[in-house]
Amino acid sequence: MTAMTIAFASGKGGTGKTFISTNLFNALQSSGLNMALVDCDAEAPNDREFLREGVFQGTCAVTQKVPVIDKSKCTYCRRCDEYCNFNAIFFLEEPPTIEVLEELCHGCGACSVACEYGAISEKDDLLGYVNRYRFSTGNELIEGRMEVGVHVSVEIIKAAIKSADAFDLVLLDSPPGTGCPFIQTVYRADYVVLVTEPTPFGLSDLKQSLAILKEMGIPCGVIINRADMGSNDARNYLIQENIPLLMSVPFGKEIAVAYSKGELVTNLNDDWMVKFTELYHAINKQFEAEI
Amino acid sequence: MKIAIVSEKKSLDARIDNRFGRCAYFAIYDSDSKTTEFFPNPAKDSPEGAGPEAVKFIASKGVKKVVAPEYGRKAEAMLNKLQIEMVQDKDKTISDIIKELE
Repeated sequence: MTAMTIAFASGKGGTGKTFISTNLFNALQSSGLNMALVDCDAEAPNDREFLREGVFQGTCAVTQKVPVIDKSKCTYCRRCDEYCNFNAIFFLEEPPTIEVLEELCHGCGACSVACEYGAISEKDDLLGYVNRYRFSTGNELIEGRMEVGVHVSVEIIKAAIKSADAFDLVLLDSPPGTGCPFIQTVYRADYVVLVTEPTPFGLSDLKQSLAILKEMGIPCGVIINRADMGSNDARNYLIQENIPLLMSVPFGKEIAVAYSKGELVTNLNDDWMVKFTELYHAINKQFEAEI
Repeated sequence: MKIAIVSEKKSLDARIDNRFGRCAYFAIYDSDSKTTEFFPNPAKDSPEGAGPEAVKFIASKGVKKVVAPEYGRKAEAMLNKLQIEMVQDKDKTISDIIKELE
């Protein structure tokens, strides 16, 4: 079969991306699919808390190139500062000052290209790690994890997703928000599932996420979590905009209790197993209808 | 000596701003001529790295001392590097702070 990548995202945090993606992964474990779940929330990865049976396979460091300026060769021409889009070169004419602000550096290498005096070399800066856990089914949980003090997760997300290249079905648990980490996660996805909740905040962020995905041309559907609470605004919006509702999850103490213990509802009873298997079919059906 | 004070507005009656890198204005007081000039902070709306940008701006104005309620980590590192003295103060008007500096 051809490889398929499905991302689980949301604008607002805490809507249930991890709940949905870990349970879907668990529900499909026995399906014979060659599958990986990638925890792209590198700032606070927690899929592992729910999928503890995976056996640690190894870790891989993610680094980026950061410029080092040799002040004895620097002519203070300012070209590197002009090339930098991220204010990562601190340049002052008077008193002559040039410093690299490593935290702001995106590792693009433009300053090295800019320098005509050979004053800029590059060193490796540790950003984080990609950890792999394998299950008896051969499926894997791949986790991106940022190093403390690093504040840009994009490179780690990129590396984590790349590690899942060999799998036929790849599930991506996206970080919250609609910024660069979200965009990096959904960038290579064939289909995006947006998880929302029936609150004004949930709806507002859902609209933002939908607008971005439309711009990127990625088909998507929506899951409403805690669907029996709050207002009907999200549901009405989906009908109005003709966006598929893939699943509604009611608020339930059973779910909250299981989640708080790091348990998967798909391990509680067959009903949940069936619901999540149906979700997978619903996603496939929608995806096929889109292409 | 030139001293920069972060300011909410372009007036001596204005209050000191809450932050350094993204303050609205810099009131630059010259202790030799006893005059004060206001400059909009060019770093105010920087997507990131506002602190170092603001340091560049005041350093280019020849400032040797700065007054703000607090400083970000990156701004602090650059201010130290340029040997610009940091003073912490808050909740006062610009004219009150100038009086104390005299």
